[in-house]
Amino acid sequence: MAELPQRQTDIGPPHYEQFLPPVIKKNYGKWIYHEELGPGYMVHVAESGDRVWTVRVASPRLLSTDTIKEICDIADKHCDGYLRFTTRNNIEFMVDDESKVEPLMKELKEKGYMIGGIGSRISNVVHTQGWVHCHSAATDASGIVKALMDELHEYFTSKDLQARVRLAVACCVNMCGAVHCSDIAIVGVHKTPPRIEHERLRNLCEIPSTVASCPTSAISPDPQKKSVKIKLEKCMYCGNCYSVCPSMPIADPKNDGVAIVVGGKVSNMRSHPMFSKLAIPWLPNNPPRWPEVVDAVRKILDAYIADARKHERVGEWIERIGWEKFFKLTNLEFKLQHVDDFTFARETWRMAATFKW
Amino acid sequence: MGTKHKTPLLDDLEKGPFPSFVTEIKKAAEHSEYAQDLLGQLELSFKEKVTHWKHGGIVGVRGYGSGVIGRYSDVPEEFPGVAHFHTLRVNSPSGFFYSTKALREICEVWDKYGSGLTNMHGSTGDIILLGTKTENLEPVFAELSSRGWDLGGSGSAVRTPSCCVGQARCEWSNIDTMAITHDITHHYQDEMHRPAFPYKFKFKVAGCAIDCIASIARADMSIIGTWKGDIQIDQDEVKAYAAAGMDIQKEIVELCPTGCMSWDGSELKINNEDCNRCMHCIAKMAKALRPGPEKGATILLGSKAPIVTGALMSWVIVPFMKMEPPYEEFYDLVDRIWEWWDEYGKNRERIGELIERLGFPRFLKEVGIEPHPAMVKEPRRDPFFFWSEEDIEK
Ligand code: HEM
Ligand code: HEM
Ligand code: HEM
Ligand code: SF4
Ligand code: SF4
Ligand code: SF4
Ligand code: SF4
Repeated sequence: MAELPQRQTDIGPPHYEQFLPPVIKKNYGKWIYHEELGPGYMVHVAESGDRVWTVRVASPRLLSTDTIKEICDIADKHCDGYLRFTTRNNIEFMVDDESKVEPLMKELKEKGYMIGGIGSRISNVVHTQGWVHCHSAATDASGIVKALMDELHEYFTSKDLQARVRLAVACCVNMCGAVHCSDIAIVGVHKTPPRIEHERLRNLCEIPSTVASCPTSAISPDPQKKSVKIKLEKCMYCGNCYSVCPSMPIADPKNDGVAIVVGGKVSNMRSHPMFSKLAIPWLPNNPPRWPEVVDAVRKILDAYIADARKHERVGEWIERIGWEKFFKLTNLEFKLQHVDDFTFARETWRMAATFKW
Repeated sequence: MGTKHKTPLLDDLEKGPFPSFVTEIKKAAEHSEYAQDLLGQLELSFKEKVTHWKHGGIVGVRGYGSGVIGRYSDVPEEFPGVAHFHTLRVNSPSGFFYSTKALREICEVWDKYGSGLTNMHGSTGDIILLGTKTENLEPVFAELSSRGWDLGGSGSAVRTPSCCVGQARCEWSNIDTMAITHDITHHYQDEMHRPAFPYKFKFKVAGCAIDCIASIARADMSIIGTWKGDIQIDQDEVKAYAAAGMDIQKEIVELCPTGCMSWDGSELKINNEDCNRCMHCIAKMAKALRPGPEKGATILLGSKAPIVTGALMSWVIVPFMKMEPPYEEFYDLVDRIWEWWDEYGKNRERIGELIERLGFPRFLKEVGIEPHPAMVKEPRRDPFFFWSEEDIEK
């Protein structure tokens, strides 16, 4: 193999300043206001009078180097060789003159990029790895996102909603993507504990580290079998043990599926940040397009669109109308699983005699 | 290359208007065997509704305990290209701005040594280079680090800090989120690359309470910009919003959570003493209203996903801190918190969980933070509190 360059350690990331478009660098910290000019298009105005126009496009997050080079070509041609990504994995192209916007948008459209995601609409879906890269996945993430956004794309590119609706998908209860504070989120759930393959476990796994891997202390040694046992009532199907010991598979195609949680937000605007709460405890995995899941999200979104007030986030809408009415308007069944018996359970019980029929 | 495996289920996800991750994998498959076999294995997962990855031994680069996620196929005979499919977390620059030159360089390295697939970005904010073999890890690291890139955090370490776009392009940012994030990242290189904590520790920096980086939901330490003093009002611009059709009474005054605004048709008044700085009015009338003059940040601690004891959001531990270089007060606080966590934290216990277990008052006392009403929604409801020796008259 060819000689490798000298490696360096602990150098940290490169300084961001070298990556700033000149108009951003010049007006850093000196912006006075911005305006949304369209679903994927906004302008920021600086004290100096300078302006920067931003065009936002969707991305599947999983990008090939070929696509990255293609967006680099676009940025070279229109944006002096700079671009950025957003927290939600959108791609943003910035130009310093209004006359540059039209040709940029034209080329993006011609190349099939989806412009949108700014303002009171659905932006890109925050999601995790799923079957593309993770061993604890109870569902896929990219597949659900694609199926969902094919259905809801108009809320990215054109249609207005009452407020932002943030969607997220996590493929297991570890919830790498912070789906616990999204307007509508989908989370992969296992319904069954890991199966212990005692024969293999003996040779393959180190018992102390397997026992230690369980966050709820459900696993203990089983000296007789030279293996381990699981206290079933303690197991919360997190899959940690499988990370450490491959002889404890947790995936179960018939019972793995997804739950839908709603009403979370991280913004402090108007109301405090909110956790997402359970709307649907389980829907089946039906790749490639998860029709049950897409339908359910559509149903919840439609009820929100029909009933929410302007500027109201999903969680604010539900707090105003009450959860009992949410279940009625969305036509979702309220099940035993909806009643909390976990750490914060009693905070969620209704300690008042007032509710709606 | 390209069509080694038949993938009817995945092919369906190339249809439809939203950009397709399958198309991305297929593009890479034109020149990468990793990507070809990833397609094959993923099709199998779609067919069988089950993941085909397993965790293996620990892999990494020399001298680092983090930055690489080891991944192995459980069907390597069928898909040898992904028998090893390890991921590198590359520390992104603050704010996710790039020059095309830098991006192209990363692509070049990754085409040479890896799958040609990435996540821009992972949920924590790293550039994710998705999939390579164990023996390529060192070469990728040498190529990247010699060009000025380093790995991010993984495991029980400081995770790659990230931030909202802040002052680079947002008029509401009360603090220089990108500078702060850059400084924290460089300050804690050792803590990031050599895991020595009970569990992970994440910093996220947002310029205002809108929190575009979701720091309150997913950072052990959330740094959220805020201000003291009066919201600056440009009454002419307020009138311009009204003239343009905004119902100021309904959309602004009535949605103010603290009821501290009034509007008589020509003048907007704010009783700033009652404002809790929620950002609603400012965000809806960007031209007319601006945050107050004295800038700083609220420091919150403890958020995490539901595993193990339920989800937490970060809560206030310092109501207001100036965030100016060299950030001495800030680093001093972090060091004291880590020392306490190190002393009492159990393996895999996040700082938020530890505070829950031992008590917030004890945390405040032992870390040396003065209690303040901003730290709670309400005082305790029970009479079961404790006193220390010095409170008791002998
Ligand atoms: C300067 C440009 C931006 C402006 C003016 C802006 C404005 C806003 C506003 C007003 C909201 C709150 C909407 C609501 O709750 O009704 C919001 C939320 C949000 N923004 Fe931005 N934003 C900007 C840039 C960004 C960027 C660059 C990102 C990502 C990198 C981003 C990510 C988010 C996210 C994730 C939320 C949702 C927070 C939540 O779930 O509550 N924003 N933004
Ligand atoms: C015991 C619990 C957890 C385990 C075993 C776990 C395991 C993992 C693994 C294996 C990955 C790598 C996925 C891949 O690339 O193949 C991952 C990614 C990640 N985890 Fe966790 N995790 C746990 C808890 C959490 C929690 C509580 C959070 C957040 C609060 C979190 C945040 C993340 C993030 C942000 C990523 C990157 C995912 C992405 O970019 O798609 N994890 N986790
Ligand atoms: C140091 C602890 C406490 C003290 C000294 C205390 C003292 C008292 C006193 C003096 C009364 C009035 C009795 C009367 O009507 O003659 C009372 C009533 C009551 N206490 Fe407590 N209490 C304590 C803790 C609690 C706690 C922890 C609870 C419940 C969580 C509680 C629930 C009640 C209730 C329900 C009443 C009746 C109130 C009513 O008549 O409406 N108390 N308590
Ligand atoms: S959410 Fe779970 S399955 Fe998905 S990437 Fe994270 S740990 Fe893996
Ligand atoms: S799945 Fe999680 S909770 Fe259940 S035994 Fe394994 S580690 Fe413990
Ligand atoms: S968090 Fe606040 S300051 Fe940062 S980008 Fe969002 S709106 Fe702007
Ligand atoms: S920032 Fe929020 S609380 Fe303060 S005046 Fe505006 S709407 Fe009211």
